[in-house]
Amino acid sequence: MTARLERREVVARLLAQRGACVVVSGLGASTYDLAAAGDCDRNFYLWGAMGGAAMVGLGLALAQPDTSIVVITGDGEMLMGLGALATIAAQAPANLTIVVLDNASYGETGGQLSHTALGADLAAIARGCGIAEALHIASFVEIDALAPTLATPAGDPRLFVVAIDRAEPPRVIPERDGTVLKARLRAAFGLPAM
Amino acid sequence: MSGWPLQIFAALQRYDVRQLAYVPDGGHAALIRAAHAAPGLRAIPLTTEEEGVALLAGAWLGGARGVMLMQSSGVGNCVNMFSLVAQCRIPFVAFVAMRGEWGEFNPWQIPMSRATRSVIEAMGLRTLRADDPRDVAPVADAALSMAFNGGCANVVLLGQRLVGAKDFHAEAKQ
Repeated sequence: MTARLERREVVARLLAQRGACVVVSGLGASTYDLAAAGDCDRNFYLWGAMGGAAMVGLGLALAQPDTSIVVITGDGEMLMGLGALATIAAQAPANLTIVVLDNASYGETGGQLSHTALGADLAAIARGCGIAEALHIASFVEIDALAPTLATPAGDPRLFVVAIDRAEPPRVIPERDGTVLKARLRAAFGLPAM
Repeated sequence: MSGWPLQIFAALQRYDVRQLAYVPDGGHAALIRAAHAAPGLRAIPLTTEEEGVALLAGAWLGGARGVMLMQSSGVGNCVNMFSLVAQCRIPFVAFVAMRGEWGEFNPWQIPMSRATRSVIEAMGLRTLRADDPRDVAPVADAALSMAFNGGCANVVLLGQRLVGAKDFHAEAKQ
C-alpha cells in the first residue's frame, strides 16, 4: 500500500488558492481540518447532521450557480448519505466538488473500520450514480493539480476520494453556533441574516 | 392540476420558491408534475427524505427558498437531520401527505402515521394541518409566511381524508 497523505496538509494545500469558493465541512475531523486551514465567512462547518454535507453543498450549488461550492467530508460521513450521490448526479450542478478524506475509519469514535476498509469504493459508487469525474487521489502532486480548479465552477459535479492516514492532529475548534455560521455565510453573499 | 394541489402550487409561486425537493407520494403526484414543468422552480427528486432537509438548509444559506413534499412515513427518516434546521434556525416548509389515518388498507403505515406529529414537534418544528380542501390555501400561506417572513420551520400535514386513501382492491383488479 502506498503512503497515505496527512489530512491537514491535504486540506491546506487544496484551499491555498480557494478564491471565493464556499467550503462546507462534514461532521467530525473534516470540520477541524477546515478550521485549521483558515477560518473565514465562506466556511460552513457542520457539527452534526451526519450524512448531510453533500446535500447542503447541493442546495448551495443550485442557489448560487456562479460560486464554486466545495464539500470536504470524511468517508464515514459520506457513507451515511450515499443516496445523495445519485441525487447530485441527477441535478448535475456545474459548481459542486466533493472531497472525501478517506482514512477508512471512524477517527472520532475510536478508529473503528469504515466500509471503505471493508471493500466499498466511494469513487466507483459515485461513478455508478452518474458522477463521471470521480477519482481516487493518493499524492500531493494530484492535490496541487486539483487546488487551482476549486476557485471557480468546474463545469460538472466532481468527487475526489483522498487516501489520508489515520493520524489525528489536535482539534482546531471553529464557531459551532449554527445561527452565527448561517448569518455570516449569507452576509458573504450579500443576504440578510434571516 | 386543480383543487388543493393547485392552491399549494400557486402559493409556492407567490412566495418565490425556487427548489422543490420530493420523495414521491401519490397524493403529491400532480404537484410534482407541475413542479417539473414550471420555469424557475427546480424539482429535485431525493432518494430519501433527510436529503431534502440538508438540501433546503443549503439552499437557504445561498439565498434560495425551498420546500419539500413527502409522505408521513418519510418524516421518520428526517429526525436527526432536523437538528440542522433547529440549530441553524433555517426557514423550512414541508408538505406531508398523511398515510395510515383515514381509510388506510396497509397496516404498516399506521405506526409512523401515529408518530408523525409528535416526532416533528419533538425536534422543535411546528406542525399545521389541513383536512378540508377549503383549509389548504390559508394553511399553505400561513406555513410559507411564517417560514420566510417569521423564520420558522413548519410542516404542513395534509390529512388522508383530504388526500384520499389508496385503493388497493381497485389496483388488484386491474
